[in-house]
Amino acid sequence: MALTLAEKIFKSHLRDEPFPGTKVLDIDVVMCHEITTPIAINDLVARGKDRVFDPNKIKVVIDHVTPAKDTKTAQQGKILRDWAHRHQIKDFFDIGRNGVCHVLFPEQGFIRPGYTVIMGDSHTCTHGAFGAFAAGVGTTDLEVGILKGVCAFREPKTIRINVNGTVPEGVYAKDIILRIIRELTVKGATDCVIEFQGEVVRKMSMESRMTLCNMAIEAGGTSGICMPDGVTVAYLWPFISSEYPDKKAARRDFRKWWSDRGCSYVKVVDIDVTGMEPQVTSGYKPDEVKGVSEMAGTPVDQVYIGSCTNGRLEDLRIAAQYLKGKTIAPSVRGIVSPATPKIFRDADRLGIIRIFMDAGFCVTNPTCGACLGMSNGVLAPGEVCASTTNRNFNGRMGKGGMVHLMSPAVAAVTALEGKITDPRHYRKEKLR
Amino acid sequence: MKAFGGKVLFLDRSDINTDEIIPAKYLTEITKEALKPHMLEDLKGFDPQAPESRNARVVVTRANFGCGSSREHAPWVFEMNDINVVIASSFARIFRQNMFNCGMLAIELPEDAISSLFRHNDGTAEITPDFRNDTLTIISRRGRDTVPYRIAKFDKALVEAGGWVDFADAKY
Ligand code: SF4
Repeated sequence: MALTLAEKIFKSHLRDEPFPGTKVLDIDVVMCHEITTPIAINDLVARGKDRVFDPNKIKVVIDHVTPAKDTKTAQQGKILRDWAHRHQIKDFFDIGRNGVCHVLFPEQGFIRPGYTVIMGDSHTCTHGAFGAFAAGVGTTDLEVGILKGVCAFREPKTIRINVNGTVPEGVYAKDIILRIIRELTVKGATDCVIEFQGEVVRKMSMESRMTLCNMAIEAGGTSGICMPDGVTVAYLWPFISSEYPDKKAARRDFRKWWSDRGCSYVKVVDIDVTGMEPQVTSGYKPDEVKGVSEMAGTPVDQVYIGSCTNGRLEDLRIAAQYLKGKTIAPSVRGIVSPATPKIFRDADRLGIIRIFMDAGFCVTNPTCGACLGMSNGVLAPGEVCASTTNRNFNGRMGKGGMVHLMSPAVAAVTALEGKITDPRHYRKEKLR
Repeated sequence: MKAFGGKVLFLDRSDINTDEIIPAKYLTEITKEALKPHMLEDLKGFDPQAPESRNARVVVTRANFGCGSSREHAPWVFEMNDINVVIASSFARIFRQNMFNCGMLAIELPEDAISSLFRHNDGTAEITPDFRNDTLTIISRRGRDTVPYRIAKFDKALVEAGGWVDFADAKY
């Protein structure tokens, strides 16, 4: 029978089917951060079940509020830290080595094609960029994942998105995913996996594919997913080179996960990006998306570049091309958070950090902070933020604040002008 | 099993997200009890202190309820306010699973059935689910209606087991 990539993963990881339609899967990677894990840990302790199914398959980071901002967040970090030490979880990333989970864990080579991945975080769908089934779950699912290494799902249907055409200057993966979410709506992919296909996706870097998959949840999707190919092999090569004689062999092996010809999709959507405008959200829902020309001129108080959507080196580089040699509008607070220490270091080596600082940006340590309105850039009521993050919910970055989601390119030129601006009118400078 | 049923809080909007149910700033709490005062705090046009909010035991709402973050704090804040049932025309997947994982009820009904429940929105409505027969009864000054519902066998088993941890621990 012809299967989709997601169906192949379900088949290969099936532990049990307690009721028709409910599949209990073995989980390859259980990821934990300090916001959703401590209550699971406390509950396990209270139940007398303070155990982990396999310390090597559990990856732990403190990333949402780091350094701790108050007693409560310090306590959350402490619960997680003590637990990781107690169970000899060696992949534990504390301050100095920590970064935004969905950027750090792929960078560490923890995700492989065909894997099942869960985390107590809705943007876990990001990891599907590697051809994995990666789903955000609540604290109870996480707790069972930690204890037993299993998680229950309804077998998801798959929506296939074909992205074709010529990507216009000034348009990036973020614009494409915003455009797709507008098409699907915020609930269009509920209980579905979103499979990204087409020539545009095939040519994309892993970073861009992660940006696509990252926002699958904003359409309600369980996981985003891309076919693992030569780009995937190249990214993972430092971690898999001992497992394959050469890259070609790895590529051939990864192919087994590809959706079969003739497999069934609940929906197929064709998107032609030729002539597409950069996209910006206008309201409090991620499907309220407009072309940048319609939003141009909207004044902003803060510009934020970072997060698991757009805090990678590629994103910082795109923004820096627009910012080089310029300064941001005096009315704007510019904040950039490189998503991991490695990205920070690479951006520094490439002169990108310097460009941001010369332009008047505040460069923070790697953290989520501002993205969910917890630290490092919380908005005041009535303030507007141009942001490269993934959620524009009312109050997301601070009570009473307004968030416009956009690409790093739109965010950069918006910072220069102090109002939402079309990057296509700007010249990009060469970086070294 | 938890207790289900009682006075109804009607939330007449679609796409109510987890940030509106419990804002992210309270995610630094490490006990469920601490969440209690903050239910639906950022939901525009909603007064958490109104008697119909405080006395509610059941929420009835529209489409895509609980979209957004994976935070189980959303079901917990309802649980801490003795609301163990949410009825909607559809749910976001993670929220729905979190409800059942906690042994709570997330009941999906067709849109016209939801609209028929909303007709009872006169401040007196009470809903009693009959968990064994998969029906729920709504009573208000406007009368009485009984509506059948369907939940997956697995979800039903989770409610009976009191949640996923006990179910999984017994089985895997
Ligand atoms: S960057 Fe934002 S969306 Fe991503 S994991 Fe952190 S808080 Fe969540």
